[in-house]
Amino acid sequence: MARANRPVSRRQAWWLLAGALAAFLPLTQQVPLWLALAAGAAFAWRAALTWRQWHLPPKWLLVLLVIAGTVGVFMQYRSIIGRTPGIALLVVFLALKLLELRAARDAIVTALLCYFLVLGQFLFTQTIPTALLSCVTVLITTATMLAASDDRPAPQMQLRRAALMLAQAMPFMLLLFVLFPRVQGPLWGLPQDRYTATSGISETMSPGSIAQLSQSDAIAFRVDFKGKVPPQSQLYWRGPVMPAFDGRTWSIRQTLGAYPDVPYPVSGPAIEYDLTLEPNGKFWLFSLEMPGNLPPDSALTSDYQPISRQIVRNRTRYAQRAFPETNAGINESRAMLRDALALPSGGNPRTRALGAEWRIRHGEDDAAILVTAQDFFNRQLLIYTLNPPLLGPDLIDEFLFDSKRGFCEHFAAAFVYALRAAGVPARVVAGYQGGEVNPVDGYLVVRQYDAHAWTEAWIAGRGWVRIDPTAISAPSRINTNLAAAVPSGEELPFLARTDLTWIRDLRYRLDAVTNGWNQWVLGYNPQKQRDFLAGLGLGEPDWRSMTAALAVLCGVVLLGLTAWTLRNRRRVDPAFAAWRRFTGRLAAHGVVWHSWEGPHAFAERAAAGIPTHASDIREIAAQYARLRYAPLPEDGDLERLRERIAGFRP
Amino acid sequence: MRLPELDAVLADINRIILGKERPIRLALACLLARGHLLIEDLPGVGKTTLAHVLAKVLGLEFQRIQFTSDMLPADILGVSIFDRGSGSFHFHPGPIFTQVVLADEINRATPKAQSALLEAMEERQVTAEGKTRPLPEPFFVIATQNPAHQIGTFPLPESQLDRFLLKIELGYPDPAAERELLAGADRQKMVAELAARVTPQRLVELQQAVREIHASPALIDYVQALAAHTRTAPRWQAGLSPRACLALLAVARAWAMLDGRNHVLPEDVQAVLPGVIAHRLRPVDDVAHSDPEAVAAALIEAVPLP
Repeated sequence: MARANRPVSRRQAWWLLAGALAAFLPLTQQVPLWLALAAGAAFAWRAALTWRQWHLPPKWLLVLLVIAGTVGVFMQYRSIIGRTPGIALLVVFLALKLLELRAARDAIVTALLCYFLVLGQFLFTQTIPTALLSCVTVLITTATMLAASDDRPAPQMQLRRAALMLAQAMPFMLLLFVLFPRVQGPLWGLPQDRYTATSGISETMSPGSIAQLSQSDAIAFRVDFKGKVPPQSQLYWRGPVMPAFDGRTWSIRQTLGAYPDVPYPVSGPAIEYDLTLEPNGKFWLFSLEMPGNLPPDSALTSDYQPISRQIVRNRTRYAQRAFPETNAGINESRAMLRDALALPSGGNPRTRALGAEWRIRHGEDDAAILVTAQDFFNRQLLIYTLNPPLLGPDLIDEFLFDSKRGFCEHFAAAFVYALRAAGVPARVVAGYQGGEVNPVDGYLVVRQYDAHAWTEAWIAGRGWVRIDPTAISAPSRINTNLAAAVPSGEELPFLARTDLTWIRDLRYRLDAVTNGWNQWVLGYNPQKQRDFLAGLGLGEPDWRSMTAALAVLCGVVLLGLTAWTLRNRRRVDPAFAAWRRFTGRLAAHGVVWHSWEGPHAFAERAAAGIPTHASDIREIAAQYARLRYAPLPEDGDLERLRERIAGFRP
Repeated sequence: MRLPELDAVLADINRIILGKERPIRLALACLLARGHLLIEDLPGVGKTTLAHVLAKVLGLEFQRIQFTSDMLPADILGVSIFDRGSGSFHFHPGPIFTQVVLADEINRATPKAQSALLEAMEERQVTAEGKTRPLPEPFFVIATQNPAHQIGTFPLPESQLDRFLLKIELGYPDPAAERELLAGADRQKMVAELAARVTPQRLVELQQAVREIHASPALIDYVQALAAHTRTAPRWQAGLSPRACLALLAVARAWAMLDGRNHVLPEDVQAVLPGVIAHRLRPVDDVAHSDPEAVAAALIEAVPLP
């Protein structure tokens, strides 16, 4: 095809360089440094080629470079298949394709590569900034495509045309997004390394591990309550339960027996909510205590911790009901209770002695021991702080009797230890406590700094009873938030601070937008699609009716756009239409009318070309010119012109 | 219907300046459209004679101002001199107070002197020593300039150039016309013998009539399409301004009148386009001086008639 072999003009080369840069720059973080530098060098080379109008590099050199780039990618990743190596290869190809822009088809290939790279960005992040950035890149790439076919218009014109085309494509995109039958899960498997760096509550708890989390304002999950948001002091989001203690570290049970459904009878009023969990790289699901149902594809451990059957790598949304007044585990097994009493041999003599003393004082009355323990914690005047002193081997003793300063993990650990020393089954529960309602969209946002540890003690006849020792010493942590509980001057993550209200307002808004994006764009799964379409009155649509609706609506949009284009087009003057008929007849005789030619000028030329009809031609042209340009043409002029032209047979 | 007096005017001028029918017609159209004319050409091709003849056949007063690099605004506008007899200042009008001014070699003067003339042209009045004095009616400036690349010139800035309705070039005559000139009678004498063909009052009437020449919606569409093309296509450095569009329409009306029509045709617009855009529109690849006729042809062929 001749068009495909047209050489690439300088202007087109600049366009392609701009498009390639726009597609490549967002990916610089994702490819290895050597590749980013090499691609940058190739772009600079391209710029120099265009600027100085040098010759393109020889084919053999390009072939060598392609091989070198591919080998480099392979050496880097030990594979050329997969997300990151694939993108890296595309970058290699794009950079080198720019160096062999010979003909229009090379330009088209380059632009298509740019589109692929835009898509590639979404394999790494799917946030709003990424989406906006990719819109800009697509705009530039589309303008590049336009320039590849016609490089004459000015850059701003190309961009405007590209923007118009994309704006026209927008309704189709929305329709396809909403109506195209959704499949469960992403279309391409997201690679395993996607959320490796996610921080959050882990399987173990040692002094300082939760305090460390309190420095992060990353979002753990968002909750949409069906009714009123319960008071802060009720918001205990149950996570990993840790009964095992080795003297320093608490950890979850190694052998996880799991219930497929809630094993305890629920009681009291229910709290209904939808929870949108951010990926945490673990099996953790979090539920308000005590969960009355389980999210799909999940189970409840023997410690009543809800866990997912797969690692939570994607944002998940599930609906749950919580029954705060439930007594769980009334008939707890002996093995479980034995685990909840185990203490490492030796260490912490003062706490052990204290426990033994409680047991002697209260006999078999576990409930009374519990009360005494709480009373003891209260009288010790423990201080809640983010910066507790470092503790030695007998850390429970040191915390309770010497330093008396600790974060929630110290409180929980000491409380469980003391109860176990007294022979009362107890365990540590990790999770989140509280959260913050975003006034913009009403979602409760729970962040990493809301991470917390509390305890459960088993009392015969009542089952597992939640006691939060932190609440005894620092009630404001539970009733208000972290900032209210720690001494002023301690370092807090930015969002946990209560001053700087306007920035918080801004963050609230931003977070509400992000949440909307997550819920409605990224989280638009088959379920959401069904709900949404049912909300539109489409009943229970299957993929057939959805496809049919899609086709019909796309047709409607297309018609609308066509009508809009036609309406914007100038209505053809009837005299002009007649004139076109006339010039068409003359064209058959070899006198072609140029669209810019005035009627008299054309008539003179045509009369010279067809002298036998010279006078006819001149008269028709004069009639036409009068109709179009003279003041107040008479009625019937148009009809006379039409008749005259109809009768004109050169 | 054709206006015989205008035909006679054209015939008289063409008798003296040979082989230059088109520039002469444009010059007359410019005057009828109440605009000022800029002639750019080499010395000696008849610029001054054209101005002189135009003034003569139209029965207008004529003054010539030779611009030089040491010229001051007062040399053009006039100056107040203390009159010992009456004991007061008395204004002596400058050479600009006339109906046809030939501003010869305008680009040899400094920008200060140039702008004195150009402001007077624009406002059709002179303000000197706090008093505003109207210029005669009709008032018509024919400025000539040497091609910009010649030594000792101050090129007029684009904003000043815009005040001239038309810019034309005379160019060398063709051999036949030149031979006739060389063999013929003394031009100075012929000019002196010319008689006026119209009165100044009639000229003002004609100028008034030009404004009433009909421009149909289709024609205005065409003028707009031309301007829109110069504004959007990458070929041009800057598009035509609305003032340029008004100028185009005004000259096209005058051109139609010279043709004896009461309405403007696209051919009129196309005929006057080179003169209107010669000093206004510059192609981006314009390295030196490009031929306005070629530039106009390129513009015309790029814009279909609506």
